[in-house]
Amino acid sequence: MYEAPIREPLILGDKTNHDITEDICRPIEGKANKYWWWCFIVAVAALLWWVLCVAITVGEGIGVWGINNIVDWGWDITNFVWWVGIGHAGTLISAVLLLFRQKWRLSINRSAEAMTIFAVICAATFLLTHIGRPWLPYWLLPLPNQFGSLWVNFNSPLIWDTFAVTTYFTVSLVFWYTGLIPDFAVIRDRAKTSATKFWYGLLAFGWTGSSKNWQRFEEVSLVLAGISTPLVLSVHTIVSMDFATSVLPGWHATIFPPYFVAGAIFSGFAMVQTLLIITRKVLGLENYITTLHIDMMNRIILVTGSIVGIAYITEFFIAWYSGVEYESYCFINRATGYYWWAYASMMTCNVVSPQLFWFKKLRTNITFTFVLSIVVNIGMWFERFVIIVSSLHRAFVPSEWGTYHPSWVEVGIYVGSLGLFFTLFLLFARFFPVIAMSELKTIVKSSSTQAKREALKHGHSHVSHH
Amino acid sequence: MKNYTITKNNKILSFGLIAFGVVGIAYGFATDPTRTWASLLQSNFFLLAIALCGLFFYTFQFAAEAGWAAGILRVPLAMAQFLPHACVALLLIFIFGHHDLYHWTHAELYDKNSPHFDEILYGKKAFLNIPFFVIRLILYGIIWAGSAVLLRKYALEEDRVGGTENYWKTSKLSHVFLVLFAITSSTGAWDILMSVDAHWFSTLFGWYIFSGLFVTGLTVMGILTIYLKRNGYFPKVNENHIHDIGKYMFAFSIFWTYLWFSQFMLIWYANLPEEVAYYALRQEPELRPIFILNFVINFTIPFLVLMSRDSKRKENTVLVAGALMIIGHWLDVWLIVMPGIMGTHAHIGIIEIGATCFFAGLFLYVFFNSMSKTAVVPENHPMIEESYHFYL
Repeated sequence: MYEAPIREPLILGDKTNHDITEDICRPIEGKANKYWWWCFIVAVAALLWWVLCVAITVGEGIGVWGINNIVDWGWDITNFVWWVGIGHAGTLISAVLLLFRQKWRLSINRSAEAMTIFAVICAATFLLTHIGRPWLPYWLLPLPNQFGSLWVNFNSPLIWDTFAVTTYFTVSLVFWYTGLIPDFAVIRDRAKTSATKFWYGLLAFGWTGSSKNWQRFEEVSLVLAGISTPLVLSVHTIVSMDFATSVLPGWHATIFPPYFVAGAIFSGFAMVQTLLIITRKVLGLENYITTLHIDMMNRIILVTGSIVGIAYITEFFIAWYSGVEYESYCFINRATGYYWWAYASMMTCNVVSPQLFWFKKLRTNITFTFVLSIVVNIGMWFERFVIIVSSLHRAFVPSEWGTYHPSWVEVGIYVGSLGLFFTLFLLFARFFPVIAMSELKTIVKSSSTQAKREALKHGHSHVSHH
Repeated sequence: MKNYTITKNNKILSFGLIAFGVVGIAYGFATDPTRTWASLLQSNFFLLAIALCGLFFYTFQFAAEAGWAAGILRVPLAMAQFLPHACVALLLIFIFGHHDLYHWTHAELYDKNSPHFDEILYGKKAFLNIPFFVIRLILYGIIWAGSAVLLRKYALEEDRVGGTENYWKTSKLSHVFLVLFAITSSTGAWDILMSVDAHWFSTLFGWYIFSGLFVTGLTVMGILTIYLKRNGYFPKVNENHIHDIGKYMFAFSIFWTYLWFSQFMLIWYANLPEEVAYYALRQEPELRPIFILNFVINFTIPFLVLMSRDSKRKENTVLVAGALMIIGHWLDVWLIVMPGIMGTHAHIGIIEIGATCFFAGLFLYVFFNSMSKTAVVPENHPMIEESYHFYL
């Protein structure tokens, strides 16, 4: 498709189709470098810490956590919502940007989708740990009464959650895997040992690269994108309804569904930035994940951060406007009460700091972006903490007032879940192609540096004819 | 560069609608002034929203650096030129009709010795008071209408001199407008519509109104584009462009439905008296059919009709679905404004239709007039070639 000369290239360094194959396959076909090993060791150590803390929780019961009768939801749900939120950018980048025909998605969608899968896995572990009796996980599912427990309550948003998260996970996984098939076939065809050939051949589902294969591939991608787009909205909408269907001040707000979705995309893109800035450096992919890509993602972070900011201010204003005493108190207490520092962190990290991305210099500065992407995710963690804990610790009557501090086990499960996440991501970066190389090749003729040069030459001659 | 020529039929249509509207409004003032003010507010907002969406669409094309729509950008820009008229009309409607329209403007509600003293409204008086409200309406006028006029100036300049300077100027102003729009689309919705039911509140209300105005504006934009294309003004606009507008109509209808459901379901589920009163009124037997019809038209029509690729590429399907969607969203605004003022005595009759025709006629005249003064296709837009070579 024709591209205006005013647009910047998406692939730098005069890369040919063959260069792309070489660059993307190199990390898989070679040996892991020492950076990878160091990262992997740290991640696995954190993962082992997670195993220990989960074992203590399962063995002793959730009494080992800091939650109590008044604040009965704490870090567990905070972490669950945080992880599910991070799981949003992947499907957004693959599905929504595909529907919007954004070609810059091609260099980043693979890692973003992988991030989605791993983040949703992390979120699911919190569901299992916080139900208290994780050996009965099937209680989350609607099973007949004869099976030994009561039929689940379909009026409860918690059961909607089970459906939403599992649907989202399944579709994301299928989407991710479908995209991987042509790339697995490339690795299979280049394989030097029979074991590599066998395993990647198995993963490639017999892909031949015929035009019929590609036609089906594109149709499936479009259908899955169509299905995933409403799913992106539905998952976090339902997570928001865990809170918004209650009557608790600070939780019951009609703005929650779209505001949670915007927040999820916001934190998801921040996590994609964190991961990709490391990945491009460690694997040497600077020509594919360019500052333009980083700039684009920063713009989305700016937009979604501002949407979240407007939602915060709207809630605060309407709490006053409503004339409901409990609502007004809840928000004043959030900003000035016992947990004021959490509110202040949330506002600074989520609303104020992304505004710096109005400056192109900062949007295209890699170090700054890296720091800010982490700041945003700290802010988004605090957002969930503020919503959950500050509303619970001051309910309607003083007998429902209390405080909450996490125990070391809760902290351990959270830190450990980061270990689980990074372990999975590092394995992915080692064995799977981190960029959708086959699809990326479709834009070499329109968006690479050499194509831009040609177009410019052509454009000049075109003008001289007039 | 070709400009639009206003036809005799355009004039007959615009002035005919205005004339019919004047009769309807005059009849209304003679029989039921409150109802007439209410329909003037409702129809003025409906057309204002369409014009505002034109401006929103125009500006975000620049913020998103989108190329496909470059060829049809003058349509939303001309739609936006109705904003100065709509904002002045809104101010006049408020100044002359506020006691009929907005319960909170009555002074005795704030007098502690009066039997009508209203504690809740008393608590809101820092925000809901006439001077501050008028200041806000004027601010919206300056921001919305001012941006529309200024962006048109840049467009004319681009037609005249070419180059990319005016593209970047437009882009910069678009970003400023979008930031202000993000705030004023919510506060404007609270002011103009939510404060009709002054006791009621919903944090989602601003975004809900935004989604509705966006769908309506996109639909009007699609219909006007097809009209101009059929009259030979858009030789390079083809079924691919119509397809993309159709996609927007489809997607944002679902987004509207999503917000409609979120607001309704959460209020219904929690069942708090101060919130649920709003929906309880709109579910009274007199209003219930329209309450259901609103949801059915605005969700099922676009969902079923515009789902397939082929239907979005056929102009006639887009026109039929679009016409129904405009009626549907008119009903949506009607359901917000009229019951809030008239209770269960809200009707749809010559007054409501007349008021809408009046503003619609005015809108069309301003639109055609503006189209006739700028080039129909912005041939100096740096991404115009992308729009010509666009296929799906």
